[in-house]
Amino acid sequence: MNVERTDLPGIGTSHVVTTARGRRIGIVSHRSGRRDLVIYDKEDPDTSVVSVALSAEESNAVAEYLGTARIVEHLAELQRQVTGLVTEQLVIAPGSPYDGRTLGDTAARTRTGASIVAVLRGGTVHASPRPDFGLHAGDLIVVVGTAAGTEGVATLLTDG
Amino acid sequence: MHHDTILIELGAVILALGLLGALSLRFSISPIPLYLLAGLAFGAGGVLPLTTSTEFISAGAEIGVILLLFTLGLEYTAPELVGTLRSSAPAGLIDLVLNAAPGVAAALILGWGPVAAVAMGGITYVTSSGITAKVLGDLGWLGNRETPVVLSLLVFEDLMMALYLPILTALLAGVGLLGGAATLAVAAATISAILLVALRYGRIVERFVASDSDEVLLLKVLGLTVLVAGVAELLQVSAAVGAFLVGIALSGPLAHTARELLTPLRDLFAAVFFVFFGLQTDPRALPPVLGVAALLALAGIASKMATGWLAARRAGVAITGRVRAGAALLPRGEFNIVIAGLAVAAGTNAKLGPLAAAYVLILAVAGPLAARGAEPLVRLYLRRRSKPATT
Repeated sequence: MNVERTDLPGIGTSHVVTTARGRRIGIVSHRSGRRDLVIYDKEDPDTSVVSVALSAEESNAVAEYLGTARIVEHLAELQRQVTGLVTEQLVIAPGSPYDGRTLGDTAARTRTGASIVAVLRGGTVHASPRPDFGLHAGDLIVVVGTAAGTEGVATLLTDG
Repeated sequence: MHHDTILIELGAVILALGLLGALSLRFSISPIPLYLLAGLAFGAGGVLPLTTSTEFISAGAEIGVILLLFTLGLEYTAPELVGTLRSSAPAGLIDLVLNAAPGVAAALILGWGPVAAVAMGGITYVTSSGITAKVLGDLGWLGNRETPVVLSLLVFEDLMMALYLPILTALLAGVGLLGGAATLAVAAATISAILLVALRYGRIVERFVASDSDEVLLLKVLGLTVLVAGVAELLQVSAAVGAFLVGIALSGPLAHTARELLTPLRDLFAAVFFVFFGLQTDPRALPPVLGVAALLALAGIASKMATGWLAARRAGVAITGRVRAGAALLPRGEFNIVIAGLAVAAGTNAKLGPLAAAYVLILAVAGPLAARGAEPLVRLYLRRRSKPATT
């Protein structure tokens, strides 16, 4: 990726990024803290077609959104790199032998090697649930482990 | 009785300037030509001549020039200036030669003598960095590739002013060749001394001025600036240059705070300065010089367009950008009037003041308008030209 830095005497600096597809995006950093987000013309790389002025606060927000998206991608990438590890989401169906029993009763880790890392219920996430956590029909369970391990948990939850 | 009228006059003048400023915002043009017109109206031979407040306005005008140059100096840091001088000297010299030439030629053709020629060269040369910076911001041109070229030309011009103003002051003082050389040496020594202090010991100056209290900071900065300006004037260096150099010496967060504190003061006194220049100009003297002013303005447009074209081409910018660079450089404003003010105060040719006023009036208004129209016109031309080739 190519980033061009230019001084703008009396105003600040400008950074221009040329993307892989050949589009140019610039950021003019004013000394006052103001930032201009600049998009260049497709045909004429000298000319900016849009220039949006952002306050210090607004530019932080934009940077954060661009940045967080990158972090999520980064995590997904990492996960893909750890071969053999799978994340599965399983539902406790009504009539499951564990509906109304605790997490500890499943003994999932001892029996399958996979871990239950979170339970989603009614829109809230219960991360790292303890063994005395009560399970109910409709709970969404996040399991991490080998493919065989997570499959084992699935069978365990339906058949006991 | 006397004091009653002074307050009424001052209040009326400042209020009128405020209304004109609002008008300029409405039509997004520079307020400078309007302030000049107000000065013309308030001066001798105008529609509403002032009687009692001229003395105050003349002192205010001097402070206005000092603050204009001080805040300009604040915009730059010393390393930035030295860096620009190195990188943009060729383009800067083209700018200087092309744009000073029409003024010098006009003064010589009109038979005003060599000193007036030096002053006229300065008047046609300098672009208004204030108006141009505003045009660049308003039109969203700050990200364009030619913009660094335009900005470094402005820096170069401002640096040239630091050398030019003392020379002009010395020449206007009517010193002979030998005396002139001595004054120039003193001026050069003073500028080098202040620049050295700014480059090497800027921190010490900053520590001396720094204060947590805005009030203390304002008083210290203003006091230091006016004092250095006064000393510089005593040494024939021109007060404006002294103030410019103090501005350069301050940098970083301190410069930022100082700029915020002094900008309202600068706006007030700079407006007073433009009015004062208008005051000194008799509106009846304008019509006779209007023709020359229009010719000079045309020459000024052509020479700045050529400068922008050449400078942008050196930086590898395409046709549209080259035209934009030239158009951005068109506006003339504060410094042209500062130079003319010095020349008028020293009593050069009586027509120089009105000519400079008319010249700045034309270009301060036409410049930003031309900048707005330049890009669409070039695109239209390029499309017309490319059509037969593609079909």
